[in-house]
Amino acid sequence: MDIIHAIWLRSMKRYLRSKSRIVGSLAMPVFFLLFLGFGLNSVVSIPGMGQGYIGFLIPGMIAMSVLFTSVFSGIQIIWDKQFGFLKETLVAPVSRLEIMLGQTLGGATTAFIQGIFIMVLSLFLGIDIQNAFGFLLAFVFMLLIGISFTAFGIAIASKMEDMHGFQLIMNFVVFPIFGLSGALFPIESLPAFIKPITLLDPLTYGVEGIRYGLTGVSQINPVICLAALGGFAVVMTVIGAYFFRKIRI
Amino acid sequence: MPAIEVQDLTRSFGDLIAVDHISFVIEDGETFGLLGPNGAGKTTAISMLSTILEPTSGHAEVNGLDITKEQDGVRKSIGIVFQDQSLDEELTAYENMDFHARLYRLEKSVRHEKITGLLRLVGLEERKDDLVKTYSGGMRRRLEIARGLLHEPKVLFLDEPTLGLDPQTRNHLWEYIDRLNREKGITVILTTHYMEEADRLCRRVAIIDRGKIVAMDTPDRLKEQIGGEVITVRSPDPDEVCRVIRAPWAGRVEKHADSVTIGVQNAEEHITELVTLLTANQIPIRSIALRKPTLEDVFLHFTGRTIREEEAGAKDAMRRVHRAFTRR
Repeated sequence: MDIIHAIWLRSMKRYLRSKSRIVGSLAMPVFFLLFLGFGLNSVVSIPGMGQGYIGFLIPGMIAMSVLFTSVFSGIQIIWDKQFGFLKETLVAPVSRLEIMLGQTLGGATTAFIQGIFIMVLSLFLGIDIQNAFGFLLAFVFMLLIGISFTAFGIAIASKMEDMHGFQLIMNFVVFPIFGLSGALFPIESLPAFIKPITLLDPLTYGVEGIRYGLTGVSQINPVICLAALGGFAVVMTVIGAYFFRKIRI
Repeated sequence: MPAIEVQDLTRSFGDLIAVDHISFVIEDGETFGLLGPNGAGKTTAISMLSTILEPTSGHAEVNGLDITKEQDGVRKSIGIVFQDQSLDEELTAYENMDFHARLYRLEKSVRHEKITGLLRLVGLEERKDDLVKTYSGGMRRRLEIARGLLHEPKVLFLDEPTLGLDPQTRNHLWEYIDRLNREKGITVILTTHYMEEADRLCRRVAIIDRGKIVAMDTPDRLKEQIGGEVITVRSPDPDEVCRVIRAPWAGRVEKHADSVTIGVQNAEEHITELVTLLTANQIPIRSIALRKPTLEDVFLHFTGRTIREEEAGAKDAMRRVHRAFTRR
């Protein structure tokens, strides 16, 4: 635990010092929220959704914020690799599993905090929180998204030589995960042949889970969401740990 | 018990053999240098001894612990300063030290005291709360050495400790390493391609070339093998120089590019003789130099090349290693 804590602590210190990163990664979800939210609020009405399009969009933007921050946090291991710091950790008498778990929790925590920022902001935009339990439930989903995708980032970073592939991963993997997740539109409105794909997207369950927690309405049963996303987090952590164990420096 | 015992240690990358059956024993409290050009296999050897890299074959023990079977034990008992920087620049010096202390499970009660003590030792106490990215190259090195000592290792590995530092800082660091070894009795094993560094710091030196150890002894004895002094004759026609020097006083005669080195006892007495001989044979002389042999001469003697010539070729070798690595 000490080791995991030490590595987590380092992530936190670095995170708190990178003001530009904090602001930078908030910009996109905030702009989405403002432009899409206000722009489409009057023209889009979602069946069964009492709080207008902006209420529908907020959980999606929280999930997006957590998703992008966590993938980026995981991939940051490449910097450690390039700047040599990874050697310092790998030559210490600690297991790689501990290092990986520390990194994952660190990344998940930063992503979680970024999500909280959007959440706080959305309170001002007029989202109507159902109850305290729903709030906590949303936290759980945010953390699970954070863990899953930091581990995902670590798995990718373990295989990558440098940051050149980063754009590729962002555009061809992470963005589709976001786009197909039902963060921007209800899954029901998709053509029948795309729907199964969205159900394969793990983020769908995260978005729906947060949506249930915050607005009390979701298209997928929250228990199923929790099971699916929890399972995915475990699988991703195992995969991340496996690749990290084989990392070469 | 010796600090390090290495037997037929070998590592290959694809069909390139980076370290080729090296064997040596380093006594407790010794400073031992691996001297060789870039790409000779020094870092690969150190990487294996510090358990970062698995050997292809052979056997090695550090502090009596097998490097492949007891990795954690080895890691606990060694400190290492890598060739490339391995600090977190976004953290302060103190935080880098603290991270290391936690990683090596130092008791909370002693952490602070040890960290400040070591930072004082390397003269960084006043800047301990500054971010490492504001540090100069020399300060970073000192911080890395302090960090490597935090968990009180018995053996300290220094991979090219003064690479890229200015002469003054280098001198400073040498004094510091020397003192560590004398006062704390830490066994130091360092790699370098600076002859002067090996000469100054190491009790014993192993000259490593293309993965093999070609000579190993104290710097003085290595130099003695060359002969009392060295005369270097530069001439447009080095072959002729070699041909005419047949005097009984001339020891080893070696030709390198446009110069000839001659190992001589009592060189002062023979230098006029040499000039007369060359002039009599109408061999033009560009310059003549007389000096005590250095490790550079030793290297030249054992490998047939100067260390600089060697480094030009070593770049290709490193490229090959890189390719072998990335192919997988």
